[in-house]
Amino acid sequence: MTDTSSSKSMGYYLRTHMREYGMVIALIAILAFFQVMTDGVMLKPVNLTNLFLQNSYIIIMAVGMLLVIVGGHIDLSVGSVVGFVGALAAVMIVHWDLPTVIVIPACLIVGAVIGAAQGYWVAYWRIPSFIVTLAGMLVFKGLTLALLGGASVGPFPDSFQAMSSGFLPDFFAGLIEGRFNVFSMVLGVAIAVILPVLGLRARAKQAKFAEVEEPMAFFAAKHAIAGIAILYVTYLLSTYRGLPNVLIVMALLIAIFTFITNSTTLGRRIYALGGNEKAAKLSGINTKRLTFLTFANMGMLAALAGLVFAARLNTATPKAGLAFELDVIAAVFIGGASMSGGVGKVIGAVVGALIMGVMNNGMSIIGVGIDWQQVIKGLVLLAAVIFDVYNKNKA
Amino acid sequence: MDTILEMRNITKTFPGVKALDDVSLKVERGEIHALCGENGAGKSTLMKVLSGVYPIGSYEGDILYDGDVQEFKDIRDSEERGIIIIHQELALVPLLSIAENIFLGNEICENGVINWPATFARTGELLKKVGLRETPSELITNIGVGKQQLVEIAKALSKKVKLLILDEPTASLQENDSQKLLDLLLEFKAQGITSILISHKLNEINRVADRITIIRDGKAISTLDARGGKITEDDIVKDMVGRDMAHRYPDRTPNIGTDKLMEVRNWNVTHPLHPERKVVKNVNIDVAAGEVVGIAGLMGAGRTELAMSIFGRAYGADISGEVLINGKPADVTTVEKAIASGLAYVTEDRKEMGLVLEESITTNITLANLDGVAEHGVINEGAERQVAEEYRSKINIRTPNVAQKAVNLSGGNQQKVVLAKWLFAGPEVLILDEPTRGIDVGAKYEIYTIINQLAADGKGVIMISSEMPELLGMCDRIYVMNEGEIKGQLAANDASQEKIMRMILKA
Repeated sequence: MTDTSSSKSMGYYLRTHMREYGMVIALIAILAFFQVMTDGVMLKPVNLTNLFLQNSYIIIMAVGMLLVIVGGHIDLSVGSVVGFVGALAAVMIVHWDLPTVIVIPACLIVGAVIGAAQGYWVAYWRIPSFIVTLAGMLVFKGLTLALLGGASVGPFPDSFQAMSSGFLPDFFAGLIEGRFNVFSMVLGVAIAVILPVLGLRARAKQAKFAEVEEPMAFFAAKHAIAGIAILYVTYLLSTYRGLPNVLIVMALLIAIFTFITNSTTLGRRIYALGGNEKAAKLSGINTKRLTFLTFANMGMLAALAGLVFAARLNTATPKAGLAFELDVIAAVFIGGASMSGGVGKVIGAVVGALIMGVMNNGMSIIGVGIDWQQVIKGLVLLAAVIFDVYNKNKA
Repeated sequence: MDTILEMRNITKTFPGVKALDDVSLKVERGEIHALCGENGAGKSTLMKVLSGVYPIGSYEGDILYDGDVQEFKDIRDSEERGIIIIHQELALVPLLSIAENIFLGNEICENGVINWPATFARTGELLKKVGLRETPSELITNIGVGKQQLVEIAKALSKKVKLLILDEPTASLQENDSQKLLDLLLEFKAQGITSILISHKLNEINRVADRITIIRDGKAISTLDARGGKITEDDIVKDMVGRDMAHRYPDRTPNIGTDKLMEVRNWNVTHPLHPERKVVKNVNIDVAAGEVVGIAGLMGAGRTELAMSIFGRAYGADISGEVLINGKPADVTTVEKAIASGLAYVTEDRKEMGLVLEESITTNITLANLDGVAEHGVINEGAERQVAEEYRSKINIRTPNVAQKAVNLSGGNQQKVVLAKWLFAGPEVLILDEPTRGIDVGAKYEIYTIINQLAADGKGVIMISSEMPELLGMCDRIYVMNEGEIKGQLAANDASQEKIMRMILKA
């Protein structure tokens, strides 16, 4: 390849992937901005740990919501499901004395059933998802109140709380003096090494068949930044208490769903369904079943988020999950998903959720009132989508 | 005679296509003037120029109306002068009442407040004029297509119409509704309203038209005087067809198998929303390996409905009949099963139903056969790219990059992507629905070449087309379909446009 063609293809690549890089750059810029504005509090290990804990349930749900939105639908009920499942878990544990190992899978199954029940009407009866899940939102908000009898139920045993406030135990404790979590750091280093290795292997596999689309420079830069970020974050977290359990759960979910959306026929079919349902159907894709599955999956992830949230508060309250659906949906759209379906990435939704989370956290630290926080978050959502539309029109 | 309308030397070009080429048309006051021509000949385009849908400046030539040169900027301008067009697809709002529809955009009101009593009273008068007995408050959705057509005409009357243009008004009507509508036209003529009638139904034209202008390939071929009854349907058909067909189609030596590759027996389909309407009636068709079989017919003949109902019941309700592939009954009850049985269907509307426009060429090509590039549900991206590259060179998809989104391709290249998708699915029988609609002549030739190659590879090809020359140039055998029925079939060496037209029109 000559120099001109390589620079041309780099330009082309940058133009077509503008949005993805734009979001990551925005996140870094926002982080840097608050790091300066908060005099370094932002990236203090304690705050960083809090940041992940505070946003874990939003990110968990954003991953599921991405699939629903890519499929051309929306789920407004997730906030209420969070509250309902939290309440259910509290009743099962506190009132019925059931062990955690039974409660957690049972709650996940209940969540999946809730999602499936809503997805059934959307997929097989073609009732607009907006309406079905709006109904679900009211129903489960009501059921939460009924279940809790209007009062908070708690506290939870340690085994349940560990899900959210627990940290990875340090199997190598004592190797280094002080409070440094060696095992967490080792894990971080391993991930930072494995990711580019996997990436290189995928590139090599692709190169066997055809010219690789992503220029090497971008590949290297992307993985360098990601690697440094992972190492830096794990280092910071290790100096505090180590990697939170919920961060591991999140990372696993992100990895699994990135794989599903990027590399499996299932994921590809969901994009086709959202991009053009008629064409997908006429290509032999079972569009109804796919729609149904995205909702069932969303329900299960909302249940997981509900468990994490309840564990974090160490109590189930009637107000849990209130308006979470709005944060989740905003995260997905900030992350570049299209309202009309067919477009969006898991990692985009995660970055979108992190942008919202960092802004919440940063603004709280510098003392911006909750009133102006809402205004600013609203404007950021609008700006991100305008940026999308502008990019699309220009292309 | 007094001339109400004269269109002089109208030329209208779309990117790559000359839709109207120096067309002149003269309409006398008080006559019923029929426009005839094949699908795509340019009749509707001419009427859109006249009514201002295509504004002044977007075409060349002059429109003289009522003695003055007109410069219509939009449909409002032409309506103000009393030119009202009723389009093939009715422009009524289903969930509004008849009265609301008639006065939509033209409400009887004072300072923006609608005078409902006056509206209903006036609607009542108009409905009486067109012979409708419905109450003005009836919703459009509750009345049949024939009556909806009459509501459109009542709407035209409410605007003080002088020149009424009807674009295939009887295409979707039952026989008695059609008669009623034609009677109404004759009545209007007696009241001094001039009409232009676009129609495929020559018997209707013969019944009501005073003069007939025939358009072919964007040119006005002739204007016949039908008063006195000397014009026969043959005269019209002769002018409608007949053009140079040499060298528009690649050569091919047919190598047709002796056994039937696919056979459809006693196929019946009912309209999904109107259970009383049968859209496909007792159809029997077959195709052999290496054979290209055409299905001719006018729009609305039921050809697409037939194809889609065969292809995994993607259309219609209450489907009955049998599909045999290689002599054995095939399960085609879902699209997935139809594909597995060896069927492929290239849709008529590639943007609406064929492509995921925001996805890449690669993604579109593998969509119907993802398992072909995947193992245990995991897609091998390299293999997928290789497939895309292979088809790019094989059928000449012009693009710098197979990662390009489908939306950025020209119509011809989009169609090639759709074809590639189905080729990769490895079918035995391909049903191609209007495979060359809206693409330029060069790309058409390439598509024809691909079709010939498919036949040479031993596939069976069923080709639905509204362009008769295309069917004559490509097919070994042609079925003629009309009103949901197969009216007959013609061998290629025996077929001609006249014969097909006559078969269609034979009631």
